[in-house]
Amino acid sequence: MRAIRPRTRARDREQVVTIDTDSAPRILFSGENFLLEDLPVGTRVIYPRRPMTGVANRIAAIRYALNHPEDMPPLHALLEPGMRVTIAVDDISLPLPPMVRPDIRQTVLEIVCEMLADHGVDDVHIIVATSLHRRMTDGEIRRMVGDRVWNEFWPERLYNHDACDPDGMVVLGKTRHGELVESNKRAADSDLCIYVNINLVPMDGGHKSMGVGLCGYESLKAHHTPKAIVDSNSFMDPSNSALSSSVERIGRVVDEHLKVFHIETVLNSRMFSGPLDFLMKNEDDFTESDRLKFHAIKWTLDRTPRPLRREVFMRTPAAYELIGCYAGATEPAHAKTLAKCYEQYAVEVEGQADILITGIPYISPYNVNSKALNPLLVQVMALGYFYHMYRKRPLLRDGGVLILTHPCSDHFDPVHHPSYIEFFNRLLPETRDAYTLEKKYQDEFAYNPSYVEMYRRGNAYHGAHPFYMWYWGQRGREKVGRVIAVGTDNTTVPGLLGWETADTLAEAIAMGQSSTGRGAQITMMHHPPILITDVH
Amino acid sequence: MDSRKRKNSAAFYDVDGTLIRINIVHAFAFYAMRKPSLMSAVKTTAQTAASVPLFWAADKISRKWFNELFYRLYSGFSEDRLVILSEELFEEVIEPNIYPRARDLIDESRRAGCRQVLLSGALDFTMRPLARYLGVDDFIANRLEFKDGYATGKLAKPFVGGATKPTLMRDYARRHGIDLAESWAYSDSYSDLTMLAVVGRPTACNPDRRLRAVARSYDWPVLDLD
Repeated sequence: MRAIRPRTRARDREQVVTIDTDSAPRILFSGENFLLEDLPVGTRVIYPRRPMTGVANRIAAIRYALNHPEDMPPLHALLEPGMRVTIAVDDISLPLPPMVRPDIRQTVLEIVCEMLADHGVDDVHIIVATSLHRRMTDGEIRRMVGDRVWNEFWPERLYNHDACDPDGMVVLGKTRHGELVESNKRAADSDLCIYVNINLVPMDGGHKSMGVGLCGYESLKAHHTPKAIVDSNSFMDPSNSALSSSVERIGRVVDEHLKVFHIETVLNSRMFSGPLDFLMKNEDDFTESDRLKFHAIKWTLDRTPRPLRREVFMRTPAAYELIGCYAGATEPAHAKTLAKCYEQYAVEVEGQADILITGIPYISPYNVNSKALNPLLVQVMALGYFYHMYRKRPLLRDGGVLILTHPCSDHFDPVHHPSYIEFFNRLLPETRDAYTLEKKYQDEFAYNPSYVEMYRRGNAYHGAHPFYMWYWGQRGREKVGRVIAVGTDNTTVPGLLGWETADTLAEAIAMGQSSTGRGAQITMMHHPPILITDVH
Repeated sequence: MDSRKRKNSAAFYDVDGTLIRINIVHAFAFYAMRKPSLMSAVKTTAQTAASVPLFWAADKISRKWFNELFYRLYSGFSEDRLVILSEELFEEVIEPNIYPRARDLIDESRRAGCRQVLLSGALDFTMRPLARYLGVDDFIANRLEFKDGYATGKLAKPFVGGATKPTLMRDYARRHGIDLAESWAYSDSYSDLTMLAVVGRPTACNPDRRLRAVARSYDWPVLDLD
């Protein structure tokens, strides 16, 4: 195995490194394993910013936010004995991977619940705002909220949102664009809603919390469409996202009907620590210890069955730290959250890339504790999330080549993603056109009684969820010239997704250069952790 | 909302093990133990218990053989009595053993506009109260032959079970304008593979080991209604 040699020369900018003849090979995620690849001289490698220092006392930071909210009275001033309060919390899709205990939601909930009890507020329900995501298991909820809250509230007053419960949803109205606004009935009937959020990327939080987290399928249909996705430039820049605009309109209607106090938390990017801390570093800066750790882990992973590799990764939580907590009214609180997010994630880059290389990791927002990152989720990570990790101007130029590294195995989790299986095997062979799929099949899947039952009482994503995953990649599909998957274990899956394959990264780059020219600007995004590019 | 309504689709449910925890043997035991005289009740119950290995072996070979053997035990039962006892059977035995999520599944399916049909190898008078309780549109079940008001121990044709279920489903679909490709079938047993295979949307419910393996192989949804 090639060595990653330590490098001593200084660089101009910490986040953007240009490969030269002395550069170390780079590490890329490829599902539940890594690839170690030499990149061509002149390739830019873009690294995330270093994790910002977490607040020294997170309990104090949260209490301060509750007592000094944006455009609303402090939380304690909103409370009256005997009032009905609903607390909604983000689900398991955030953060990624799940954070070490105590989860930040646990800390917030313990503070808020104590405050509610002190003010004689006993009619309190905590709802996991799953929207159309899968129900969290009891164990997952307990881990998220902590034993204290669990023992006090579960199961009667701590449960998952159910978007398909005909008796549990209520229509609040319509936006001026005609978008239907539905909400959880318990939340709608409450005197006060408190939303506890985790903001990992700028598309989280704000109006999305209540407007999407507690909505129903018919409401989500308004903006989870191929058109809204194509008109979103980009998801990570709410001011340029049709999706965000629609969610904002819906959220404003929610705010007209419900009194909502938001508590938004921003985490730093300390995604890997302990034995995996080398993943947070530039390979040129590796110490001997980092090098040995990487090679030992890679050697082990190469000899470990995939399910076990997956289990190991899933059981490795992230040491995220709180870097900001903002509370109060939806928009002013979220504006501060967004500013803090960009402070952590935004990286300035000069010029677009002709060829963009990205490793696809083992995890996405939709497969935490699942048996696989299935092909549709690989697609959404590549063309949905990673392609969209920019503000204003995409890192990859229109018509450019996206190279991704992932095995693209034909593996699905039948418990979490049953409708994905039918979508992938029955619909994609017929058409990849998102508009046709939406018109012809989305409702059929959404109202399939088996899928509804598996969503409502099992742990399955909603029947329509695979459609959203496919739409999520629609802008990427329209803008990217070619997608080349490296290191796949089959050609069928990439073929169904409309991708080409290459055995090695060098081969993929050569294939890409055949359409972009030998002088193509090649860029690698070195993530995770998350980074968002500001391209000049 | 109209787009969700399916006017030409149906949901066919196997019953024993799929929607309820018990099976036809439990039902027979209930009838047998309530025979008019104590002696005949003891005799029939003992006969049934002694035949269990034979039934088990027959079921392993063919569901049809099993049913033919099993329903001979009903020979001599009065029709009136069976009908009356079936209501008691439902209240005392069947209703407490309906899987908690079975009703929810049927409700979801009804909301989707599907015609609801129970398809069971159990006897029609046993199915009737259950069908009424679940609010299904139809049920297809085995019927005993009666002569002078007493059961002969033979089943009336067509026999319901195993390989005949898809034929009955096709007939039903033809009569009611149902498109089987747009329909659902739910069963717990590998012996109902043909019933599942004949529809466009098969779903394994509380499946036995063999059906679970098949469902995984064919990527059919698997539901746990317990």
